[in-house]
Amino acid sequence: MDSNKFTSAGAAHQNTTRQSNVDLKLKLNKFKMLPVTVEFSGGAELLCGNVKKHDVDLPGQQNKWQIRNLLVWIKDNLIQERPELFLLGDTVRPGILVLINDADWELMGELDYELQEKDRIVFISTLHGG
Amino acid sequence: MEESFSIEKLQEKLKEKIKEVERLKHLLKDLKESSCEPDLLRPKTECCRLQNLGPVANLTKGDIERYSRQLILPEFGVKGQVKLQSTSVLIVGAGGLGCPAAVYLAAAGIGRLGVVDYDEVELSNLHRQILHTSDRVGLSKSLSIVRSCYRLNSNVEYVPYHLQLSSENALGIIKQYDIVLDATDNVATRYLLNDACVLAQKPLVSGSALRFEGQLTVYNNNGGPCYRCLFPQPPPPESVTNCSEGGVIGVVPGIIGSMQALEAIKIASGIGSSYNQRMLLFDALDGTFRSVKLRPRSPACIVCGNDPSITQLVDYVQFCGSAASDKDQELSVLDQQFRINVKEYQAMLSRREPHLLLDVRPEVEMDICQLPHSSLNIPFATFNRDISKATRQVLQGIKDLARENQDSQHQQENSKSIDGTFMQLSHEEGNHRKKPSENDKFIPIDTPAVVCVCRRGNDSQVVVKKLQEELKMQLSQGELDRNQPDIKFVDIKGGLHAWARHVDSQFPIY
Repeated sequence: MDSNKFTSAGAAHQNTTRQSNVDLKLKLNKFKMLPVTVEFSGGAELLCGNVKKHDVDLPGQQNKWQIRNLLVWIKDNLIQERPELFLLGDTVRPGILVLINDADWELMGELDYELQEKDRIVFISTLHGG
Repeated sequence: MEESFSIEKLQEKLKEKIKEVERLKHLLKDLKESSCEPDLLRPKTECCRLQNLGPVANLTKGDIERYSRQLILPEFGVKGQVKLQSTSVLIVGAGGLGCPAAVYLAAAGIGRLGVVDYDEVELSNLHRQILHTSDRVGLSKSLSIVRSCYRLNSNVEYVPYHLQLSSENALGIIKQYDIVLDATDNVATRYLLNDACVLAQKPLVSGSALRFEGQLTVYNNNGGPCYRCLFPQPPPPESVTNCSEGGVIGVVPGIIGSMQALEAIKIASGIGSSYNQRMLLFDALDGTFRSVKLRPRSPACIVCGNDPSITQLVDYVQFCGSAASDKDQELSVLDQQFRINVKEYQAMLSRREPHLLLDVRPEVEMDICQLPHSSLNIPFATFNRDISKATRQVLQGIKDLARENQDSQHQQENSKSIDGTFMQLSHEEGNHRKKPSENDKFIPIDTPAVVCVCRRGNDSQVVVKKLQEELKMQLSQGELDRNQPDIKFVDIKGGLHAWARHVDSQFPIY
């Protein structure tokens, strides 16, 4: 594993405690990365360089990853322009439908949903043309 | 551009006019024919009372032969056909979705088919709105669809409505139909249709398409959600793209519209829809169809919930902050002093006034057509993504232009100094800059001019504004050289469309 990829929380821990390699590994395992797939469609992909599918490793953290954290992470890491067309306050802007593993996020707890490994989160901008 | 009357030009013009006359003759013939036909092909311009669609007792010999291939399906059968022929469907929107939906419903033998559209056929519709024809450009879309469907199956009762669906007329029309198809192209009409269908208790088969993607859902049916359950708030207008802006591959609405017809046929014949509380996502680039599960009807929904606050139709244009059409809106964000019209730009060109022409259309559109002057292409999206980079490119463009201008001026000076006139002038002026005068071929750029252009004159305004603000900001933060001369930014009103309309009739419109 590439230690560069760990979060600042993990790195801070590493610096302050100066544990042995074995201990360190245990600590790092505890905060391991969370691989998920993030997808954009319906035009939402235009906000992130016209790339629809992003396989990402979310940095390990002490608390569970929730959709609410993911939204901020996406805004900071994937969105390249006009973030206001993705986020409004702490949730997605009106007109974006969020799917968690092919189901409406409302069925899954919306912002509170805890991400699992290999989850597929899709952000769909609804279309209006015809 | 000067109108020249060469033989070739006149011949070309004549050819065009002959073509136009032919088209008008066709149109006239079409209209004459339709006035001989029964009520059928006369479009209604307001909601009117229709006779009840009588129950179909049994199928005729002609019916059985025509519909034989669907009659032998055990899931459908005579029972399904009889139900279908007793059902009325209203299609709202006679465009890319409405055409394929109408043609399959007509072919399958739906009892009554209403088609609503306020618009007329345009040439740029035909690549996807496949029931209209080249000689019907200018004809009412709803009439055009009905006329095509009539030729396919005259057993169906057709009701063309040449009107804009509104809060005033929507309920009156929708109440008289069993199933409604949302084949519209704008957010406001989608909310209007949703609310009207909830109030009138009709299932709404909703389709949409843009670029290479399509979506399909059935709202307000069998305990499923309505459009508002899913989207309580309308999207911000600036996030909404229509087909004339974003483009669309014709087959995509073709597929979604066909599926709307299919779901309507399934509902009408009693099979039931597969898209209650589900949404189909079609991605033509990836070649994938994905069906996703949606939330159920929301008890808190303000129109279909347990305690609805919307009990009659409201003002949807106001609610959505956008017009109930996909016609381009003319933006006005820039002060008049920073705008020139196409005639003024044409004059600038003929005076050979040096300027940087900044074309902010997407790269792909530069291949379609360009103004007759070299230009710097920085797509609009770049200004949104990285304004400082875009500004740097513009400043570089101005520098390059100044250098080019200087070079050509030197050449001119050299040639002029032979007869001495220029030297004298220069001496009198007391500096090395020449004042602009009528006779000068090249004018030095005291105030560099940047002329910004786009397709219709909306993006160009936004870009000029952004550039002005960015430079002001850079200057105040000391990031910009104080000796940097003021740059005059203007945009061309109406963009290339205005150029084609008022200056060069041969210039393509897209």
